[in-house]
Amino acid sequence: MSAYKEIAWNGIWKQNTILAQVLGLCPLLAVSSNLVNAVSLGLATIVVMMLSNFAISALRALIPYEIRIPVFILIIAALVTVIDLAFNAFLHDMYLVLGIFIPLIVTNCIVLARVEAFAAKNGLRAATLDGLVMGIGFVWVIALLGAVRELIGQGTLFSGIEMIFPTLSGFQILPVEYPGFLIAMLPPGAFFVLGLLIAGRNWLDARANERMREQRTHHQVEHATSAPA
Amino acid sequence: MSEPIEVTHRESSVLRISVRTAAIMLAFTLVFTAMMAGTYKATEPLVAASALAEKLRLIGEVLPPGGYDNDLMADSIILPRQIILGLDDETRIWRARKGGMPVALVFEAAALDGYSGRISLIQAVDADGRLLALRVTAHKETPGLGDYIDPKKDKNKTRPWITQFSNLGFDTVPRKKWRVKKDGGRFDQMTGATISARAVTNASGRALAWAVEHRDKLFALPANSRFEESKP
Repeated sequence: MSAYKEIAWNGIWKQNTILAQVLGLCPLLAVSSNLVNAVSLGLATIVVMMLSNFAISALRALIPYEIRIPVFILIIAALVTVIDLAFNAFLHDMYLVLGIFIPLIVTNCIVLARVEAFAAKNGLRAATLDGLVMGIGFVWVIALLGAVRELIGQGTLFSGIEMIFPTLSGFQILPVEYPGFLIAMLPPGAFFVLGLLIAGRNWLDARANERMREQRTHHQVEHATSAPA
Repeated sequence: MSEPIEVTHRESSVLRISVRTAAIMLAFTLVFTAMMAGTYKATEPLVAASALAEKLRLIGEVLPPGGYDNDLMADSIILPRQIILGLDDETRIWRARKGGMPVALVFEAAALDGYSGRISLIQAVDADGRLLALRVTAHKETPGLGDYIDPKKDKNKTRPWITQFSNLGFDTVPRKKWRVKKDGGRFDQMTGATISARAVTNASGRALAWAVEHRDKLFALPANSRFEESKP
């Protein structure tokens, strides 16, 4: 596997920020009560992670090891502030919907974690790619979590999309009479669904490992039988 | 990133390293603070314009633009912190007039007893003491449960919950009946999500009573002056 492919695989599956590293739960649980909010926060997080990884990779030679954490935090906070202001000024309609999520990104420790673990030790291209794929790994999990919670909680998908694209509207998936299931919308529901997702990932990984081991023993057996007596 | 600095026991070099590290930290702080300040300055006029447009949009939701002919932004007075309205900060009251005659007062209020804290409201009260319309401008009520107080989230699109207050005054709904049905009042609430409805209903009742009590004075004050409650 090439280095870039490995970075991508790590971000999306193997070291997935939520499923494997279980980082950044605060915004994850707070915002994943429906699909639209979840994807919105996820996309904003991708932008911040790419920019912060890029900036810190570019400045890494200038940052003394001893004070790297405060400098990282300073850079991330400054970038988020700039994005927040720019969003408010130039994309105001979207800011009204997504604006509340941008400051939340600062509370996501995954940004700092990737900067420290990856961007500070790698080149520009690899660091930016890492920010992108780690962000994508965050988006697909938070989107899945949001979709499951919204579907179980209120029987809809994409509700609230009209606030981002006024011409679209959400879908009623379950019958309108569906009374809703409140706990899915509340924080405990987020923990339940997240727990199931992590369990699902572990199950898939365990199954893949099992297969690999079987294949290996199979090979060995073949090897042993084909060997001259 | 540079490697960890080897600790030497020579005091002068420790001092030098400390000063150097502090200087670098200072430089980073200055550069990034300058970056934030620059962005703030550059975006300030745009942000202020958007905030004003947003305010006008909110006012437009409770007061149809055709109903008055004065410049609302110019004809406003300053409202110092009003505990009774649930307001922590200074706000403004916009006064709509037509041909110089009072039409309506538009002002903000808040319910502090929502299911998840503060629910911010804006309302228009006409010169006869009727609540023309009421809207929720910010809230943190449970999605899919208590958030029907915001017509954008209300599943009843033809007649959202919040519109039942429109055009009512204490002449049609007595002050004592300005409550949700569960509390023996006139207004509907959704089963299982009474707290949000009760908070909004009670706050709107307080706001209307306050506006009715002070309306003559509120209309009479010169523009941009401060409203002071007269001491009895």
